[in-house]
Amino acid sequence: MLTKRIIPCLDIKNGRTVKGVNFVDLRDAGDPVVLAKQYADLGADELVFLDISATLEGRKTMHDMVLRVAEQVNIPFTVGGGISSIEDVDDLLHCGADKVSINSSAVKRPELINELSSKFGSQCVVVAIDAKQVDGEWFVHLAGGTIPTDIKLFDWAKEVEERGAGEILFTSMNHDGTKNGFANEALATLSSLVNIPIIASGGAGTMQHFADTFNLGKADAALAASVFHFGEIPILELKEELKRQGVNVRF
Amino acid sequence: MKIIILNYGAGNIKSIQFAFQRLGYNAVLTNNPDDILTADKVIFPGVGEASSAMTKLKQSGLDILIPQLKQPVLGICLGMQLMCNYSEEGDTKGLGIFNVKVKRFSNIVKVPQMGWNTIHNLRSDLFKGINEGDYMYLVHSYYAENCTEAIAITNYELEYASALENDNFFGVQFHPEKSGKVGERLLKNFIEL
Repeated sequence: MLTKRIIPCLDIKNGRTVKGVNFVDLRDAGDPVVLAKQYADLGADELVFLDISATLEGRKTMHDMVLRVAEQVNIPFTVGGGISSIEDVDDLLHCGADKVSINSSAVKRPELINELSSKFGSQCVVVAIDAKQVDGEWFVHLAGGTIPTDIKLFDWAKEVEERGAGEILFTSMNHDGTKNGFANEALATLSSLVNIPIIASGGAGTMQHFADTFNLGKADAALAASVFHFGEIPILELKEELKRQGVNVRF
Repeated sequence: MKIIILNYGAGNIKSIQFAFQRLGYNAVLTNNPDDILTADKVIFPGVGEASSAMTKLKQSGLDILIPQLKQPVLGICLGMQLMCNYSEEGDTKGLGIFNVKVKRFSNIVKVPQMGWNTIHNLRSDLFKGINEGDYMYLVHSYYAENCTEAIAITNYELEYASALENDNFFGVQFHPEKSGKVGERLLKNFIEL
């Protein structure tokens, strides 16, 4: 049976992890490659690297990082942040990234999804959607959730599927950073609307939150950052708890 | 040991090269017939869409060369699918090395299948040291039907062939280069065939 995936997300700036990572026994916790290897050994199913460098220089160091991760890590990983063209994707895939995630650039020019999926295959095109619920309605937001749009989440999700996205990474701005659980109601709606895998993001605080997002939110994968980075939730323990609650996971 | 990866412009070959590098082997990317014919092991990679990959294969002449190879050949993902008789994807005629059809998953399940699934009914030296129910990483919308050449099956909507073998030809639907230690073992087994 296909298992539910646990995905740690690493924010990268100028080739280094940011926000600090609190792992014991790591030579260099700021080095994404060291961390990625550690996560692979600890049972992570996949990794996401999000480039938050604002400069061209920073972007270039990302290529070097992707190459080093691909060289040393034996599980799949996605790279996102600032990707807006076929050339960007071509470069990252050539460096060894398995998937890329696009967000604002897809909203600004939805044809990009078609172009990428026909050139590289749907399997490597993840469309990240940041949305916020306002008066009961979910609206897509851009630029890390800072710019509102009048695009409705569920319409956009259907459109990205039709255009050839292989997966949707949905982040609820209402839940992100709260540690109060994932947006399971919206996730379950998404999961029934589209037939591609959904990654839940935003709100992870406890192991129960993960169980809920799989059992109630029908998510195919769950992504989190700080609860993993600071060792609050060890991945192996999380998977044991998920198994106890009937969620199929890989050991 | 001369390991080559077929270069026909389809596939994320970097990950495969790195996986062999981690095992201590240098896998060379080439479409040169002499290099391919004299190789000890041949890797046939592939991601993307079947009919356009087949077109590229024909342009490079590899569609003729591959079925004639005598050394162990390992098709990975789309590479494996192109070694089959036929694929529903783009109504594509394959190389016919494996006598099986490639079909699309129905919409009862999420398509593509993406993630880690188990392999069962293992029957090949390719799986030496690998256990029934071990996990492999898969990303695909099309599958090879269960058949007599299946050396592993996986369940997603139905039981399908997640690995195939016919003489010196092997094909795996999963990505051993991305399947952690189990995948590494499979690549090591292939090298040692």
